[in-house]
Amino acid sequence: MKLKYLVPLAIFAILCVFLAVGLTRDPRQVPSPFIGKPAPAFTLAKLHEPQASFGPEQMRGKVWLLNVWASWCVSCRIEHPVLNDMNRKGIVPIVGLNYKDARADATKWLQQHGDPYQFSVWDIDGKVGIDYGVYGAPETFVIDKQGIIRYKQIGPITPEALEKTILPLLAKLNA
Amino acid sequence: MKRLALALALAASLAAWGQSTEIANPDPKVEARLKTIAHELRCLVCQNQTIADSDAPLAVDLRKQVRVMIGDGKSDEEIRGYMVDRYGDFVLYKPPFNAVTAVLWVGPGLLIVGGFAALALMIRRRREAAVAAPPPDAARQREIEALLAADPDGKSRR
Repeated sequence: MKLKYLVPLAIFAILCVFLAVGLTRDPRQVPSPFIGKPAPAFTLAKLHEPQASFGPEQMRGKVWLLNVWASWCVSCRIEHPVLNDMNRKGIVPIVGLNYKDARADATKWLQQHGDPYQFSVWDIDGKVGIDYGVYGAPETFVIDKQGIIRYKQIGPITPEALEKTILPLLAKLNA
Repeated sequence: MKRLALALALAASLAAWGQSTEIANPDPKVEARLKTIAHELRCLVCQNQTIADSDAPLAVDLRKQVRVMIGDGKSDEEIRGYMVDRYGDFVLYKPPFNAVTAVLWVGPGLLIVGGFAALALMIRRRREAAVAAPPPDAARQREIEALLAADPDGKSRR
């Protein structure tokens, strides 16, 4: 039987399939261990009102987004028009987590680019960022009415990601 | 000479610029433990570096965090658990054995064992085939020997 000569070819084909699938994956998209878990608690001062503080428990009963941003973050500039647009349409309350930024730089940046946030909180040493497993800005968490993290967008929210993933998820969570 | 000095000064300033504001713990024991732990943790910003090797701001923050936790008397296991809770198994350079990583851990061993098994099978089959070949009968044997004796170097065949 000459069929056995096809074995190496079959192994090669399987290998090709594995490698081809590997090529389509983005190694920067690390699955977050937080999906389906409660949003970690924190208390941070607000960016614009340093005396006032905020913790995620204050958003109980609402579906909301926690968006990690910084004035030094280049991709945040790409994402920002999308957030501004979402805010204009009143799609979902967005809380900003200003990550490792100087207060003056951050407020100036919002003046320049628009402020789509209900408010931002100020995480100067990145401690809350670590608690949320943030490894690059921007990142966005979708948090449901019970305070459970349902989705994490790594990198900017593109119009496509908004349309295909985030809007349907928000509709489901608000239902 | 002056130019060389200038170049050296510039090179030194470049190195300083690349360095972050990281304060090592004065206790060498803490730093030694930090080193062993940090060498097992992946920096998620530059993914093929450990947080011991990387100078990314996140790696600096995580080293700082590990120092704090060592200071709080946390065990290595607790520190690794803290990182896995936040960044997932991917943060470990030595991933744990579970359903997702089983192929990763067992696969190479299976391939080696399978390869050697196939090789052994092939060798045995060839040996059996060699044994199974019928010996030349007596008349043919004599003929061969006669031919060889007549022309020991095989010259007439060239």
